[in-house]
Amino acid sequence: MCLGIPGKIVELYQQAGLRMAKIDFGGVLREACVETLPEAKVGDYAIIHAGFALNLLDEQEALETLQLLRDAGVLDEELNPSSQT
Amino acid sequence: MDLSLLNQTLRDERQVKAEIEKIRRRLTRSWVLMEICGGQTHAIMQSGLDQLLPPEIELVHGPGCPVCVTPLELIDKALAIAARPEVIFCSFGDMLRVPGSNQDLFSLRAGGADVRVVYSPLDAVKIAQQNPERQVVFFAIGFETTAPPNAMSVLQAKALGLKNYSVLVSQVLVPPAMHAILSSPHNRVQGFLLAGHVCTVMGYQDYLPIADQYRVPMAVTGFEPLDLVRGIYSVVKMLEQNEVRVENAYARVVKPEGNLAAQAIIQKVFQPVDRNWRGIGRIPLSGWGLRPEFSEFDAELRFDVGNIQTSESPLCIAGQILQGLKKPFDCPAFADPCTPQNPLGAPMVSAEGACSAYYRFARSSASMKG
Amino acid sequence: MSEASFPSMEGPVCPLPLKHDDQIILGHGSGGRLTHDLIKNIFLPYLSSPPLLSGDDFARLTRPNGEVVVSTDCHIVSPLFFPGGDIGRLAVCGTVNDIAVSGAQPLYLTAGFILEEGLPVQTLVRILESMHIAAQEASIQIVAGDTKVVEKGKADGLFITTTGFGFLPEGRTINGSQAQPGDVILVSGSMGDHGIAVLAERGELGFSAEIQSDVAPLNGLIQDLLAAAPHTHVLRDPTRGGLATTLNEIAAQSQVGMLLYENTIPINPAVQAACEMLGFDPLYIANEGKIIAIVPPDEAEAALEAMHRHPYGKSAARIGEVTRNDAGRVLLKTRIGATRILDMLAGEILPRIC
Repeated sequence: MCLGIPGKIVELYQQAGLRMAKIDFGGVLREACVETLPEAKVGDYAIIHAGFALNLLDEQEALETLQLLRDAGVLDEELNPSSQT
Repeated sequence: MDLSLLNQTLRDERQVKAEIEKIRRRLTRSWVLMEICGGQTHAIMQSGLDQLLPPEIELVHGPGCPVCVTPLELIDKALAIAARPEVIFCSFGDMLRVPGSNQDLFSLRAGGADVRVVYSPLDAVKIAQQNPERQVVFFAIGFETTAPPNAMSVLQAKALGLKNYSVLVSQVLVPPAMHAILSSPHNRVQGFLLAGHVCTVMGYQDYLPIADQYRVPMAVTGFEPLDLVRGIYSVVKMLEQNEVRVENAYARVVKPEGNLAAQAIIQKVFQPVDRNWRGIGRIPLSGWGLRPEFSEFDAELRFDVGNIQTSESPLCIAGQILQGLKKPFDCPAFADPCTPQNPLGAPMVSAEGACSAYYRFARSSASMKG
Repeated sequence: MSEASFPSMEGPVCPLPLKHDDQIILGHGSGGRLTHDLIKNIFLPYLSSPPLLSGDDFARLTRPNGEVVVSTDCHIVSPLFFPGGDIGRLAVCGTVNDIAVSGAQPLYLTAGFILEEGLPVQTLVRILESMHIAAQEASIQIVAGDTKVVEKGKADGLFITTTGFGFLPEGRTINGSQAQPGDVILVSGSMGDHGIAVLAERGELGFSAEIQSDVAPLNGLIQDLLAAAPHTHVLRDPTRGGLATTLNEIAAQSQVGMLLYENTIPINPAVQAACEMLGFDPLYIANEGKIIAIVPPDEAEAALEAMHRHPYGKSAARIGEVTRNDAGRVLLKTRIGATRILDMLAGEILPRIC
């Protein structure tokens, strides 16, 4: 029930007494409320749902996930050309 | 960190199939797993993951669709409020086509009502600021994930001294729903995939006693194909080893204690209340309502919407589907006459309702197996 | 604006001493002097063609050999201007493309304008200029037109209806019922750009994006494609309802099945990000500068190369094939290698939180 996607905090500011951020989802920018992330900094990644930050992305855990792809040796390949059979 | 690379990994065919192979090697028998979250149902069906899983795994879909479980009476109240000329009725897009007793918000809008789709409840507060002469009502539905933004909108309205903002609340909670499912004599669910974003807010401590009480292992699970399959693997492993625990398969986002700042926002505004679940019935202390000090923002109190006589389609078996007792294909009305264009109940119209997911992605799965 | 020797429209006809040259007023649609001046000074500089300049209410046209192909479209897009285009460009390109996908060469367009009282004349001028540029690019003439004015609130600024005429070379049969099992399905570029660009510009969902509408006249691209792949079976532009809906329509018309490969469908990363944020599927989002081409397998390579050589086909890709099974059904092989239905769009696309 929870469409939440990760985005990068590119700006932090106050608006009407609330801690807000400009989030970059990869070519798409939208503002979100980051009252739940008192320790967040510009450059951090957060999960955003309905214009609201739910939590920070743990980069260490994310990098471990990325390591899977590295280990499988697929980083330099094009996107799965072998699946078109 | 490269987000697109992360997403690529989480959707990588080889990774997903490797994880499925791990599941296959663990299996010695069949298991019934439930994913409680409608967003996960949608993600599973849209990616086709259900077809790649070994046939011994049966995935049963739970009532984690706030659109589906919002009581009919409340939908009818929403329609009555939205029809008033002074009201600007704001809602998440999900709610627009949910059938009330006679119509839905979408057709009400076509008839001239000012119904607006917003992406965030904070946008509704902005609309209230920009339209001081109108009454702005926000349909505050959702599970725990949506409670912080919904609560924040009320706090913000109070801080700004707005007299023209109110919320129609239908907040529901996952743990009581799980109790209702697991305590039913017809329950077949043996393992749970926990809603990843609900747990992001609330943590997963509340699920340990449930897992223990019913001897049902659980894994906090995300939404991308690799997240889903890792959650399934975690539960299968525990089932095969006869272990009962709550594991976290979404650790890059979820912490055991959740987000304390988000919980504080919720606590400030909401308190536990009994809630009616459409298709299921009243579950005690299964939702949140506004605390008395915020009752001025309660749309049900602000607008006298009188006696609502509801009428549900007699053909719709949504309740049984939401509890995982029947599948959409089991419903005699599935696809004829009940379709997304002509829904008889909420699970067919909601994007993450089980019926809608089956209709859109799996209608003739028989022709696609193998 | 009015010549000194003629009575001005102020006075008994127009009791208030309004300035008429910066806003459209109801009088501009009444058929009298104001209308005449509007057409002469505002419309004709941009929509000039011999028939229009003749001042008659009809256009006499020369026609080459071949069957006549006609198409008509109404344009009501809001906002009027969006990144990459506007309602004027959309109006010209939309009808040009509808004609061109039949394999016909579009030659003539008519344009009807319903203007809302209060529309700034400068806005109208911008739109007409855009239509002029699009018409030149497409090598078509706008040969007849009409304009009316409605009261404030009765039109979103303006509505445009265009009708196009083209001529089909002998022996060419390209339509939605021609797809055959074994055919290759191609698209000329990325999916979902137009719909997301317009949505971003509307501002209701509060996001901004580096996305431009792809609105473009595609008759040039189509001519190049048909020169390289003369036995092309189907051409269609995936507008409302997106790629998924359009392919479902063709599958039903041709009574064939289709199999698409999700990871071959080109999608702009920013469009993908916007869709994920809002809960949309880019395969259902409108395109205004793309075509689907369904071609026999032995012409697929040539077709793709021809598109790649054209400015509007640089990201053209092969995305699937037509199958014998599951007539009328479109299947999608997902990124993770499973196969599922890709249905038509049901109802309106709404952002979701679930």
